[in-house]
Amino acid sequence: MILYVARRVLGLAGTLVGVTFVIYAMVFALPGDPVAALGGDRPLSPSVVAQLRQQYNLDEPLVVQYLLYLGGVLTGDLGSDFNGRSVAGQMAGRWPTTIALALTAWGLQIVVGVVLGVVAGLRRGSLLDRGVLLLTILISSVPVFVLGVTAQLVVGVRWQLLPIAGSSAGWPTAYLLPAAVIAVFGLAPIARLVRGSVSDTLGADFVRAHRAKGLSPRRVVGLHVMRSSAIPVLTYLAVDLGLLLGGTVVVEGIFNLPGVGQLLFSAVREQEGAIVVGVSTALVVIFLLASLVVDLVASALDPRIRRA
Amino acid sequence: MPEPRSHDATDVEERGEVTDQGRETGAGAGPGAGTASPAGGPGARGVWPRLRTRASFWVPTGALVVLGAVALAPGFFATLGGGDGDPRVCLLARSVQASATGHPFGFDVQGCDVFANVIYGTRASLSVGLLATAVALVVALVVGTAAGLRDGLLDTALSRLTDVFLGFPFLVGALVVLTSLGDRSVVSVALVLGLFAWPTLARLVRSSVRSVRGAEFVAASRAMGISATRTVLLHVVPNSLGPVLAIATIMVGQVIVAESTLTFLGVGLEAPSISWGRQLAEAQSRVSSAPHLLLWPSLFLTVTVLALISLGDVLRDVLDPRS
Repeated sequence: MILYVARRVLGLAGTLVGVTFVIYAMVFALPGDPVAALGGDRPLSPSVVAQLRQQYNLDEPLVVQYLLYLGGVLTGDLGSDFNGRSVAGQMAGRWPTTIALALTAWGLQIVVGVVLGVVAGLRRGSLLDRGVLLLTILISSVPVFVLGVTAQLVVGVRWQLLPIAGSSAGWPTAYLLPAAVIAVFGLAPIARLVRGSVSDTLGADFVRAHRAKGLSPRRVVGLHVMRSSAIPVLTYLAVDLGLLLGGTVVVEGIFNLPGVGQLLFSAVREQEGAIVVGVSTALVVIFLLASLVVDLVASALDPRIRRA
Repeated sequence: MPEPRSHDATDVEERGEVTDQGRETGAGAGPGAGTASPAGGPGARGVWPRLRTRASFWVPTGALVVLGAVALAPGFFATLGGGDGDPRVCLLARSVQASATGHPFGFDVQGCDVFANVIYGTRASLSVGLLATAVALVVALVVGTAAGLRDGLLDTALSRLTDVFLGFPFLVGALVVLTSLGDRSVVSVALVLGLFAWPTLARLVRSSVRSVRGAEFVAASRAMGISATRTVLLHVVPNSLGPVLAIATIMVGQVIVAESTLTFLGVGLEAPSISWGRQLAEAQSRVSSAPHLLLWPSLFLTVTVLALISLGDVLRDVLDPRS
């Protein structure tokens, strides 16, 4: 196990270096003037240009530039915007909102997705099963912002059930609608995965053995089928977090929740390149760390993974 | 050695490990493949007879044929609304008005005909989806085949590279690159989306190639004196292709959704491109007074993506040897 953890952590370090390098290369090393690109449509004053060149070490050789940038990322320095405020500082106060939103969405997703999937998986081929499948395909065909805007219009404006913007109503009222919008998208894959692995596991030899020795159906499904079906779902939760992070950008923007996603959302609209790069880097790092945690949990549940 | 971690939503890894996947799946499986491999296995009856009888194959295919025609000749289809069908004829006086004779979907904020714009938007969305997926597929085939055929250093290096690109949440990765990209046309947006889409496919190709490379028909092909390169191109790649194509079909749909989301965020297609994403982005601010602005582009978008995803689903069902 220790060996496995060490290998995974090393792998993560490698991926982290690669990912930051790709971001770095895309943003700062592509042909064209990166400083002008960071400014977007706005003309930059010579002093800002000089400051940016110095800030991103653009006069150093490429490798030195990248290493300095990586060092900054590792120590939590994600650069600063045009007004000189540090990106990490601007994010700091926004994390609670984003975490609350993401966890609410995650919870909704897992509960509803697992219930739908188990129900469909236990009755494979039934009308209910087909209904769930159709629903999951239909849902994945709608862009998240279309659903968000529609939900605002219908639930918030027409029915006046939940607030449509801001976080002043507090948790959970202000978070329910945006979380539901994000949750709907991760729901489909979770439901399908659970459905597939439940119905696969139901046919496995060990389940038959448990039945044969007289365990009640509830115990067989509840304990043995569920545990063994959980692993693919758990692995998926890492991918899911990536979607969730992408989702928070759009949904926090639409629902005007003052989270990290909204910072990225408005930075994109206002062409604050430095913030876009900084926030995205932070999101990518979180995503990688979460995948690592998920892997370790999955390997604790299923020892075979460690030996692969 | 399959990675313990799987970023794939589907159970692609396991599927790829099955050795006797449908041999008729590849479009051009050479004659050697058919003769060298024993008959039998789930794919032996051929994919086509199994697809032919399914409504779930024909409905999305029909929808996609129509949408493809719309994308190829938007000028003709736009006139079907009864008006002149020009998406760029706009009258501010008609801003956000509801439907009228010759303008079945009403008018947008600028007073342009929504029907014509939705029709013309088909081309941009489909082009981005197909182009990005094509790019991703080519990269995935090269990287995946190379990694699948060779063990050791090359495999490790390529798998690490794949991991790096899988390390991005799809939308966030594309967001960063597109923000620093000055010119955002159909081609450049598609290239960026392809850049972050290939790793999923590459993993699939790799495990698919791994499962095929030890097959008897590959050994037979080599024994017959056919060169390694020819064997790979004629026998290994076509026989690994089936499940990959199914996932690629689904990917076209996902890319279209991603493009519209990025455009909505403000880093996707720009004017003068006409795309559903741009129409939806514009609709957002007026949605409570003019919901038709949101309804029509999103309806077309959803139908397109739905057709692609369900077609991919059916293909996966048929090409998946376990089903």
